[in-house]
Amino acid sequence: MMASSYSAKEEDGHHSGAPGPGGVNAKSRKPDNTAFKQQRLPAWQPILTAGTVLPAFFIIGLLFIPIGIGLYVTSNNIKEYEIDYTGVDMSSPCFNCSQNYSWNSTKPCTCSVAFSLDQPFESNVFMYYGLSNYYQNHRRYVKSRDDSQLNGNLNSLKDPSKECEPYRTNDGLPIAPCGAIANSLFNDTLELYYNDPNGTKIPIRLVKTGIAWWTDKHVKFRNPVGDGSNLSAVFQGTTKPVNWQKYVYQLDTDPDNNGFINEDLIVWMRTAALPTFRKLYRIIEKQGDATPTLPRGNYTLLITYNYPVRSFEGRKRMILSTISWMGGKNPFLGIAYITVGSVCFFLGVVLLIIHHKYGSRSNNADIAS
Amino acid sequence: MTHSIDRLSCCFRRRENTGDSETTPLLRAPPQDPEIPLPAALHHVFPNNGPLSPSHKKVMDRYAGNKIRTTKYTFLSFLPKNLFQQLYRLANIYFVFLVAINWFPQMEVFHREITMLPLVIVTVASSLKDALEDFRRYKFDRIVNYRAASVYDWKQQDFVLKCWKDVRVGDFVKVVCNEVIPADILLLNTSDPNGVCHMETANLDGETNLKQRQVVRGFAASNCSFQPEHFGGTVVCEKPNKNLTHFKGYLAMPEKKKIGFGRESLLLRGCTMRNTDSAAGIVVYAGHETKAMLNNKGPRYKRSKLERKMNTDVLFCVGILFIMCLIGALGQYFWLGTFPSTPPFVPPDSSNVYIPPSLSGFYMFFTMIILLQVLIPISLYVSIELIKVGQIFFITNDVDLYDEETDSRVQCRALNITEDLGQIQYVFSDKTGTLTENKMVFRRCSIMGTEYCHKENALRLAALDEAESDEEDPAFPQKKVPSRLQFLKGKSAAALRRCNSARARIGVRGQAEVTLSPHSDVAFSSPLETDVAPDWRLQRITGDEAGQMEAWGRVSRIGGGACYMDFFLALAVCNTVVVSTAMHPRQRVTGPLNSSTLKSLGHIQTLLKRLGSLSHVIASLHSIPEKSGPTSPASPASPAGPPASVPAGDEVDRGGVTDSGSLNTSLEDSEADLPSSDDVPTETSANPNSDGLCYEAESPDEAALVHAARAYGYTLLGRTPDHVTVRLPQGSLLTFEVLGTLAFNSVRKRMSVVVRHPMTNEVIIYTKGADSAIMERLAKSAENQPEENKRKRIAAKTQRHLHLYAKDGLRTLCIAKKVMSLQAYTDWLAVRQEAESAIDNREELLMETASHLETNLTLLGATGIEDRLQEDVPATIASLRKAGIQVWVLTGDKQETAVNIAYSCRLLDQSDVVFTLSTASLDECNSFLDCTLEEVKRYGVQPPWQSSPRGLRGPTFGLVLEGHTLGLLFEAGLQLRLLELSRHCRSVLCCRVTPLQKSAVVKLVRDKLKVMTLSIGDGANDVSMIQAADVGVGISGQEGMQAVMASDFAISHFKHLKKLLLVHGHWCYSRLAGTVIYFFYKNVAYVNLLFWYQFFCGFSGTAMIDYWLLIFFNLLFTSVPPIVFGILDRDISAGTLLSLPELYKSGQNSEGYRHTTFWVALLDAFYQSLVCFFVPYLAYQGSDIDVYSFGTPMNTASLFTILLHLAIEIRTWTVVHWVVMVGSVLLYFIIALSYSALCINCNHPSNPYWIMENQMADPVFYLVCILTTVLALLPRYTFRVLQGTLALSPLVRARQLDMLSPQVRDSLIREWRNQESTSEAVPDQVLSSPTKPGSPTEPTVDRGLTLHKDGNEDTGNPFSPGHRRSISTMTI
Repeated sequence: MMASSYSAKEEDGHHSGAPGPGGVNAKSRKPDNTAFKQQRLPAWQPILTAGTVLPAFFIIGLLFIPIGIGLYVTSNNIKEYEIDYTGVDMSSPCFNCSQNYSWNSTKPCTCSVAFSLDQPFESNVFMYYGLSNYYQNHRRYVKSRDDSQLNGNLNSLKDPSKECEPYRTNDGLPIAPCGAIANSLFNDTLELYYNDPNGTKIPIRLVKTGIAWWTDKHVKFRNPVGDGSNLSAVFQGTTKPVNWQKYVYQLDTDPDNNGFINEDLIVWMRTAALPTFRKLYRIIEKQGDATPTLPRGNYTLLITYNYPVRSFEGRKRMILSTISWMGGKNPFLGIAYITVGSVCFFLGVVLLIIHHKYGSRSNNADIAS
Repeated sequence: MTHSIDRLSCCFRRRENTGDSETTPLLRAPPQDPEIPLPAALHHVFPNNGPLSPSHKKVMDRYAGNKIRTTKYTFLSFLPKNLFQQLYRLANIYFVFLVAINWFPQMEVFHREITMLPLVIVTVASSLKDALEDFRRYKFDRIVNYRAASVYDWKQQDFVLKCWKDVRVGDFVKVVCNEVIPADILLLNTSDPNGVCHMETANLDGETNLKQRQVVRGFAASNCSFQPEHFGGTVVCEKPNKNLTHFKGYLAMPEKKKIGFGRESLLLRGCTMRNTDSAAGIVVYAGHETKAMLNNKGPRYKRSKLERKMNTDVLFCVGILFIMCLIGALGQYFWLGTFPSTPPFVPPDSSNVYIPPSLSGFYMFFTMIILLQVLIPISLYVSIELIKVGQIFFITNDVDLYDEETDSRVQCRALNITEDLGQIQYVFSDKTGTLTENKMVFRRCSIMGTEYCHKENALRLAALDEAESDEEDPAFPQKKVPSRLQFLKGKSAAALRRCNSARARIGVRGQAEVTLSPHSDVAFSSPLETDVAPDWRLQRITGDEAGQMEAWGRVSRIGGGACYMDFFLALAVCNTVVVSTAMHPRQRVTGPLNSSTLKSLGHIQTLLKRLGSLSHVIASLHSIPEKSGPTSPASPASPAGPPASVPAGDEVDRGGVTDSGSLNTSLEDSEADLPSSDDVPTETSANPNSDGLCYEAESPDEAALVHAARAYGYTLLGRTPDHVTVRLPQGSLLTFEVLGTLAFNSVRKRMSVVVRHPMTNEVIIYTKGADSAIMERLAKSAENQPEENKRKRIAAKTQRHLHLYAKDGLRTLCIAKKVMSLQAYTDWLAVRQEAESAIDNREELLMETASHLETNLTLLGATGIEDRLQEDVPATIASLRKAGIQVWVLTGDKQETAVNIAYSCRLLDQSDVVFTLSTASLDECNSFLDCTLEEVKRYGVQPPWQSSPRGLRGPTFGLVLEGHTLGLLFEAGLQLRLLELSRHCRSVLCCRVTPLQKSAVVKLVRDKLKVMTLSIGDGANDVSMIQAADVGVGISGQEGMQAVMASDFAISHFKHLKKLLLVHGHWCYSRLAGTVIYFFYKNVAYVNLLFWYQFFCGFSGTAMIDYWLLIFFNLLFTSVPPIVFGILDRDISAGTLLSLPELYKSGQNSEGYRHTTFWVALLDAFYQSLVCFFVPYLAYQGSDIDVYSFGTPMNTASLFTILLHLAIEIRTWTVVHWVVMVGSVLLYFIIALSYSALCINCNHPSNPYWIMENQMADPVFYLVCILTTVLALLPRYTFRVLQGTLALSPLVRARQLDMLSPQVRDSLIREWRNQESTSEAVPDQVLSSPTKPGSPTEPTVDRGLTLHKDGNEDTGNPFSPGHRRSISTMTI
């Protein structure tokens, strides 16, 4: 019976995997009796019960709370001063500028805002400008740039990417740098003066290099052709972005900070993630150990008001901040850590109670009940 | 001289209808009548034995050639066709849609090419898969197409070898023994003088017994010599159809004569020619038009339950996506409206036109679809396919599901329903060959009221079983023989002494395993199972009797000893077994010796009257046999005595050597190729197998009986239509003249052979049949009281033994004989012949005449044959039951057998109340349903598969249904009530059901109860049922391939079902359910990050994560762990699952994946995505962070969250899990770091250059990631902890069991089971006795509700319980 069925199995050949004729030499189809194939690999089988996870909760709690406290203290030690100079209010010194100014204005409008610092800023102070309600993360805005052009590619310089449309060419000439991001470059100029108690305004030295990522400045952004000693020649045949007052090779006098490697441009081109953002504008370096970088006292912020924000009801701010190892001031992380740590600890306690009350049920002797 | 007589008788016999010779319901023919008009559309076949006329050629060209092509594509059509078919898939349409909308610049989110990536990957992958599958089919087709067939070529005027593919309709084809039939052939000629041939249909229906086919009767009669070149007729038959049981047509002969033929002349493609040297015929259907191929449709595409549910949830995802996109569109619209004038950060489109807010919102809708496309988990489909491949790999590699004997593993033929194995609620099983081995073994017998229990035989079988399971080393088969013998020795020395034949068998078997050849000559070639170790008591008696035989005639007539000889002669003679030697297959002829002349009905009726009177004559004759038996010189003195064993005195001298010699010569005359007569006398009974005899029986029972007789020295040597030759223990040969055969019939339940004893010349009728059929036909009256008493005592004893056998689950047969005079027989024969020739009521008349003959029988004894249950069947059924699976048995067998087996495999239990529904009247059905439903409801039992409150169980019910009653119920539309009743029954048994009914039952349960069904079977009659069920399982190994081909899974033993369902099913389900849920969660959790960001980027569709990282996130970083989880996770160990089948219920109740699970997972995903977005958001709020730096900690935190979420879900951590988990994280960092280190200018607009490095240099990044991950996972982790502590589901408890040491575990499992079993068993015992209407001592059937068509079936014994294997179930 058995033997006869073998010949039967060949019929019409539509069955797969049927054992072939069981001849002497036929290899046995017996599966290997290995741990893997028989699914008997040594395994760790954790069972989540109150008893087993208790330590984890307590450890998390005990770790997170100190970290949170540390973060909170660090964040609190950061000194930050923020001033809104948009000029929405009538009383604001920049009200006039904000009302009149548009992209097409040729005459710069300046205004100055006075403020005072209650506490001295000891270490290096970072000066930011902040924009609110500014959606630099808009999809089509983010896309509207030509990285190849910014990297100094000559072809892209003359023939920018389609992504830059409609800020690709102007009057038949390619725009350098092309695209909506570059076109909307933040072009307010901020100057800071310390009002010495004796009445003189001492300008504070604002370092404008070192504000961009090193890699951006040295790798990603490059002027076309070498060092760009003669940038105007290099950018010959291109035109400035529509909203710009000057050409890209006129951004700065310092050749190392001009053209595409102008750090203000680079910083601007790194589009912000959230609609309320700040961007690093200048660095006020600590002069020496004796004096604080920004001593307590009155200051004046002199603004060349170029950048219109009324169209999107935005706000412009100037921010002075020291930084720590964790960056700028942000109490959230510290609080969050403390909270989560406490919750874990609390859960640990609850589980401990549960374990004591019901844990016996998971004891071995009683499993079968 | 003899030859011419043979010829005559063969021509004579050809008129016989042999439709009864088949036992398969599928192939059973309705009575054929060639005169019935053919369907209008006809199939004309013109013989291909000369140039065809153009008009004929035109007809013939329309028919399919014999070449088969099962491939879907050709080389050229592959690409377009495959692409087209792929586009039909919804997922691909989705991709195409995404690609299309991404092409519009207004909506473009990613690079156009990148959006195409998933589409391309998926398409190419599945194309490759399809191509490979198709290529495999192509190779198989090729093999089949290039097989050789012997085809008549009219140019060469001879049969030449051709490939199968070149066989055309109309060709004459010759098939020799053991060849596979290449096409559907109308049989015109065989080498057999009787014009029959035999084929084995194992390929079609899995039955290895032989089907007889007959040369077209009228054709053979008119033209006995067959020459293709002179064949002038045209074959007209039905159009090709897939009905295997039906075929009709006629031969239009040139002389305007029509010769009808039916199914019995059709050789089916794919069947194997057996026992016939050669046969020839004309091809009527070829290739795809053959019945086999028309029936051979590929399995339907199945979608698992889990996938169906998943698809609805995918639709939910579509809904969510729609809502999100709508939010995006509206958000964009309103956001744009908030600005007094156009802000600088909303650039105009490329033609310097500002898009109005409404249009922008409209665009945004589609942009959002592209952005959030991952929400529709297309990756899930791909992953699921991969997971299933892995799951199938492990299933097929399970060494427990491997069958050593056939060297076959479990086959997974359907690749996409593994998890359905874990959700089965109903199992529909075939009986023969599925639950049983379909190998009949002679186990016990009772002769003249004395029981011979054949202990040695039982011992031998047990020993063989164990030895079989012992064999571990197939490389050294020769070594096995001695070791087995040693084993036997150790087992029982006494058994060994009596087991000479068994030993020989073992040796043969050991070799047989090595030399299994694909073309074995015999159908029944399993000597092991058929061999019998004789009972030593019985052997001594028969030996004594044989000694007495030598002094034939001197024996006392009264002595009962010769009954033994009669008994064994009956076993050897009363059958239709065909004898063949291994070398020479030999023809077999069945059917009575009658001509069929057609008579009018009126004539028959008068005959019937005469018959009535005749029966009285026969009865009276029998009471005084001495006077009325003119041809029997020495009739027995009393009917109770052993008549055949009393030969006349003068014959004694002629006995012995001279006698057998003369017999042999006569034997040689009639049979040309019997084993050489020289060695016949020299053989001894101790070595009966060396003559190489093979018995081929229509039913395995017969073979078993013949083998049993042979074990006692009564060897059936040959059978022709007219003679049966039996060798007696002493070596002498007896050749009986066969006067007639009354074939087995399910209504009569018995068969008889009428022979003339060669020595006494008495006409002896040997009858065997069901006890119910024999017992009431025993001779009632006897002359003297002692004889009468003795006979009654014997009958009572035998009846008791029969009960005993039935209790043991043995198939019982009673053996009886009757001696009658030749005159009485001739009288009867005349009536019989009239009945034969009747047209109307022929069946009834034949039955009537048969019962006239089979009266006044003398009981010889009874046999108990075991249709051996397959190994572990009761245990498996018990386990399945415990697992909450309802087991139904649907069988074509008769009720008694089915119920018997049901008891022995513990489908029915002693304490069950069994309802039997077997009636032909609808009213009875109705009232039966009313009664039983009321009855059942009175107990107020819940359906047993629902978890009822512990300790409140009433009696359990069993339901036995007869096939035609079932048909009646279906016709009358009472299915639902039947279903309602069946839901209250613990087990349902349907007997005598047709394949169609089987599938109807399965469909009914599947559709109406909305349950998961599994069908398991081994033959072609199970195919429809296998295909109807959600999961079809075919039993492979022993039988043909038809069931396997239709099945989704093929196993070699029923017991494998246990592990397949309880372990692999459970695993596959829990794994896949976990994975699917996880995928939904993962996609939602990740994609929502992008969604939340839209609220902060003016709904502009910005992604803050670099899109390569987005793609890799799904493709690389988080894809492998869930797949590994889906393949390898193991919630509970196999051992625990097997010992606690209750755990299977979790899958049945879909606990792993419900709608609540889905929504909880989605809620969790929303929560986690909120955490993953807003913790970084708050941490970086107001800072100078840029878009893509902002996305980096989110991406990283999400990765950790999503992977650790999986880690919480993973229940078993093997090396693979660790490697994959750690590897995924490492891969993420490596790719992200190298990508942002190398990609200076690439990938506009994200420019990832140095972003990752910058972030990783920032401590805040780590702080954010850690905080986010902890916060995101806190709820789920806590939930799981509480679940593991407070709500101890059985699964969790079992997992905890797994952790313990094996010993503790075992004892705890036992404890667990004891608790459950006591809570079940105790009320059973309490309730069973008072609720029983019958006597408490006989806990059987509620007989008031047992309905039968005819009353005499209520034999009682089949309902007795069987507890034979009860021990094995409890201790696992």
